[in-house]
Amino acid sequence: MLAILDYKAGNQTSVLRALRFLGITAEITAEPAAILGADGVIFPGVGAAGQAMNHLRATGMDNVLRQVVDQGIPLLGICLGCQILLEHSEEGDTAALGVVKGVCRRFLPEWRDGGEPIRIPHMGWNTLELLKPCKLFEGILPDDRFYFVHSFYTEPDSALCLAQTTYGLTFASAYGRDGLWAVQFHPEKSGRPGLKILSNFSRYCEERAHA
Amino acid sequence: MPEKKRLSKRLIPCLDVRDGKLTKGIKFRGNVDIGDPVETARRYYEEGADEIVFYDITASSEARGIFLDVVERVASNIFIPFSVGGGLSSVGDMRAVLLAGAEKVSVNSAAVKDPFLISRGADAFGSQAIVVGMDVKKVGRTESIPSGYEIVIHGGRKPMGIDAVAWARRCEELGAGELCVNSIDADGTLDGYELTLTRMICDAVDIPVIASGGAGAPQHLADAVTVGGASAALVASIVHYGQYSIAELKDYMEKSGVTVRRVRGMQGMASA
Repeated sequence: MLAILDYKAGNQTSVLRALRFLGITAEITAEPAAILGADGVIFPGVGAAGQAMNHLRATGMDNVLRQVVDQGIPLLGICLGCQILLEHSEEGDTAALGVVKGVCRRFLPEWRDGGEPIRIPHMGWNTLELLKPCKLFEGILPDDRFYFVHSFYTEPDSALCLAQTTYGLTFASAYGRDGLWAVQFHPEKSGRPGLKILSNFSRYCEERAHA
Repeated sequence: MPEKKRLSKRLIPCLDVRDGKLTKGIKFRGNVDIGDPVETARRYYEEGADEIVFYDITASSEARGIFLDVVERVASNIFIPFSVGGGLSSVGDMRAVLLAGAEKVSVNSAAVKDPFLISRGADAFGSQAIVVGMDVKKVGRTESIPSGYEIVIHGGRKPMGIDAVAWARRCEELGAGELCVNSIDADGTLDGYELTLTRMICDAVDIPVIASGGAGAPQHLADAVTVGGASAALVASIVHYGQYSIAELKDYMEKSGVTVRRVRGMQGMASA
């Protein structure tokens, strides 16, 4: 059983639908016991960093997330979830969860992509340049594209960077280590390669739970 | 060959849905049903559509429930973003289609009548969820319409006296995440997108712009994103009647130097 963290930040149901399609059992929940008892936790999110952090603090979910990481329960952060696992976001000058070293910065409209000024948000399909082998990206090919929609990009501790993507600059589009992963793109909206990533995560959680 | 390691340009089929059925307006003959929207969406998804737009042209409120059911079935079967438009005039309307699984909502005439609908939607769901559709007609430059392009509603029948470029900027300020610029003059002609208008709007805003109206040949799509500067091109007739597949259109765009997303088959993807 996977837990999808419910904190009123958007795309939980999309993640749930994708998991269901894959035959993976999951529930959207805000119950600490259900979250800490899950084989793995998905931390989704769209919207503003400040609002999300306020909600997490007000409900005590920030501490639950820290416990998830401390106890080594596999965690997958998606989009906003990926951004606020870091220490700070330039979006609303927000102090974030700080479970991973790094910050989140704003794309600047004067940057260029393919000869034209970039448009913000970075919206659409882009590639991942995989930097090291990683269980989450098993079966992913260099030409596979993933759906992004974000106005801020993550700058984690460079040792943790797993994949990079170019838009105006080259940024970390995935970071982490075994069992603690964060992706800036939306695997639940990225067609087959995205579903493959969700199924890789689920398999990792299952193997760990039965080890 | 175009540069691969960069954001690709999107190809977006637009599906009109009436009473739960895929429909197409034929000049002087009204609408005819042309299939099941969920099946058609799934086919476009398999062929490599980057996103799908569903436009609800249902008139009655009973049929609204049928449409939401279509949205839910689409969301459970295709895993690319899709947006929903048609008849959304409140944050409550937006919430219903987003909860049913849409990624974005598209507002058009309701936003012209009540521009703060855009900011209320962006506050509630984030800018990334709010697309503003603009129907635009070429009218010639005047003092009140300095760009020469005017916002119209009701399928082009009602001019609003609003300059299209000024409206595009206003939408961006109010929190729109994307604009879909539809030329009423080009729509249905199959003669190509209105490139001057597309470029003018793209140069006026920093958010992504989708070109809409007029696609009849593969070259038109390439032109929309190169000459026009659009991030995406909306297509309807050119794909609905089997004239071109999504894959063929993308082949052509790629040969013209446009970065596109290609999908691969099931090989190596058995577990997903």
